[in-house]
Amino acid sequence: MLIALFADIHANRQAFEVCLAKAREAGAEQIVLLGDFVGYGADPDWVVTTAMDLVGQGAVAVMGNHDCAVGSPKVQLNAHAQAAMEWTRGELGLPQRQFLAALPMKEEQHSRLYVHSEASRPENWIYVTDSSGASRSMQSTFAHVTFCGHVHKPALYSLSVTGKMTSFVPTSGAPIQLLPGRQWLVVLGSVGQPRDGNPAAAFALFNTDTREITYCRAPYDVEQAAARIRDNGLPTWLAERLLVGK
Amino acid sequence: MTSVSPEPGSTVDGFLIEERIHQGGMATLLNVSRAGSTMPMVMKLPKIGEGEDPAAIVSFEMEQMIMPRLSGLHVPAFVAAGDFAVQPYIVMERIAGKALLSRLPELPLPYADAVDIAARIATALADLHRQHVIHHDIKPSNIMFRPSGEAVVLDYGLACSDLLPDLMQEEFRLPFGTAPYMAPERLLGVRDDPRSDLFALGVLLYFFTTGVRPFGETETMYGMRRRLWRDPAPPRKLKPDYPLWLQEIVLRCLEIEPAWRHPTAAQLVFDLTHPAEVKLTARSEKLKRDPWSTALRRRFNPDLKQPRPKASLADELASAPIIAVAIDLAEGSTALNEELRAVAERTLATLPSARLACLNVLKLGRITIDKTLDEHGHNKHVDRLVALRNWAQPLKLADDRLTAHVLEAIDPAAAILDFVHASHVNHILIGARRNSALRKLLGSVSAKVAAEAPCTVTVVRRAAAEKPTRATVENEEVS
Repeated sequence: MLIALFADIHANRQAFEVCLAKAREAGAEQIVLLGDFVGYGADPDWVVTTAMDLVGQGAVAVMGNHDCAVGSPKVQLNAHAQAAMEWTRGELGLPQRQFLAALPMKEEQHSRLYVHSEASRPENWIYVTDSSGASRSMQSTFAHVTFCGHVHKPALYSLSVTGKMTSFVPTSGAPIQLLPGRQWLVVLGSVGQPRDGNPAAAFALFNTDTREITYCRAPYDVEQAAARIRDNGLPTWLAERLLVGK
Repeated sequence: MTSVSPEPGSTVDGFLIEERIHQGGMATLLNVSRAGSTMPMVMKLPKIGEGEDPAAIVSFEMEQMIMPRLSGLHVPAFVAAGDFAVQPYIVMERIAGKALLSRLPELPLPYADAVDIAARIATALADLHRQHVIHHDIKPSNIMFRPSGEAVVLDYGLACSDLLPDLMQEEFRLPFGTAPYMAPERLLGVRDDPRSDLFALGVLLYFFTTGVRPFGETETMYGMRRRLWRDPAPPRKLKPDYPLWLQEIVLRCLEIEPAWRHPTAAQLVFDLTHPAEVKLTARSEKLKRDPWSTALRRRFNPDLKQPRPKASLADELASAPIIAVAIDLAEGSTALNEELRAVAERTLATLPSARLACLNVLKLGRITIDKTLDEHGHNKHVDRLVALRNWAQPLKLADDRLTAHVLEAIDPAAAILDFVHASHVNHILIGARRNSALRKLLGSVSAKVAAEAPCTVTVVRRAAAEKPTRATVENEEVS
């Protein structure tokens, strides 16, 4: 079975549409949404409604820190995110807000764990930026593969039976077999706000038969997504960063 | 998990186990067969029992990741891999014959034989590197040959690829590999430089031509680290008849600094197959090792041990292509040749490690007996080499970046294509003449090269004169 995984869509309709189309073209049979549907971008209502439809059709979805912040103003966000969040709360209808509030923190499917930030304490929204963070996450689960987002930069970590870590920055389009003899942490790049210097939207495909993960990039109409952010009076930096992938 | 290898006669995932052919420190090899398959196959099983070296497991995992990604004649074809949780194994094509190791009693080999072997291995390395894989364990026991002559590189347990996580990198503090063949940068933990494989091949070539290993057989860390500052005895010290060009190649492969070796395996193949074109530097004439004072300065010069900025494997290969330019030396080609030179200059401008091979075809008659001397008694072959160098002179390329070749052939396009294949040319520049009578009669050489070459072809045309009159066109046609 081919699974398409999307993380950190951040209300970017243009990016998400292109990624979904690419995943369907590739033959994806299962969709997994790794959280942060809203925040930063200018189409939260469309993105959340689309996610609701997908979940209705069998997709798996988990909660991100921005999704959590919609209903609980206590969640700490940076200044730009805070400004976008205040606007977002005024954009989402009741069903959309109820959907976000009811999202689970993590989901497990056949030794695959889906979580937004990492597995050790999902509610603390810890960023996995190095081997030690990845190791902490993998040691707190028995799952063979953990899929997460949150850092907006693609990465791949593994933990061997002898407790040794490997870390790797994947090349898009080159499949990597996640060997069964070790645990893996697949950190996805962001659909709606990539921060690895490449403005193209990021997602991933996982083939459960061959155990191959393929990190994918999809160029999309960044100008339009940026224009939507400016037109809705959101902080201009949120538009500018999309153009440079920062 | 089990460390017991299956008994002959049993089956594993549809593979019938036949006899055991090898029992090594890290793995066991068994002949296997499968109904419906005629390809001879071997099954490789790692030693993963209690108390076994964890390196055996990790290197087997690495091999399981890398082998399915490789293809072509220089690799045993991958058939299947078994799940680690049940019975880990890899089934691959069995290569007939013996490994290169079996020739050790014959050493030293005649120079021509050793160079031929090295060129085949370097060709295989160029193919592996092109597929983003660095082997890291090039040595005689890992090399076999197909009946058709191609070298096949075995054992990918220490290999790595810039497209895959490197499982070995963080697993072990000490470098893994075969001590006599290990490149100095490997001792510093560098695993992403394809030129480490060229060093190992240099060790092999030195050993096969002299009968002596350049850095001995030491296995201690101290003994291995000596190669970071101590150069080996030049082959000419051991064998006074050692060809200068061969010493140049061997010592260049064995340079401590990877950047001083050949930039790519393909460029090493080029030198091995064109001895007359090898630039003879001071390396070629060395009769003794560097003086102690030099070696000690090197040893205590910390700059040598600083890690260099990382470049991707693909970027490194792309920055050092072999470019061939086909030049017609016939009269009336001057303007076209100037255009070719301008295009070559533009192409080379951004590629400091590229090399340029200038080609000219000396056309042989189909029936006539050709004379090597022209009507004035000059040697045509030599004259053309001089003319090619003269054409290239304004490009001001260093000797090691420029070569000239006169190909004698009946069919010019076929001769150019043969050269491109044999020399792993990445890009051909070729001129196309307009309205030539010869072209109408014989077909276009550039069109055939463009259609059939296995690489990028740039067809260069001289800008047409504005609105040519009917008279001038006719004029060109009869000229």
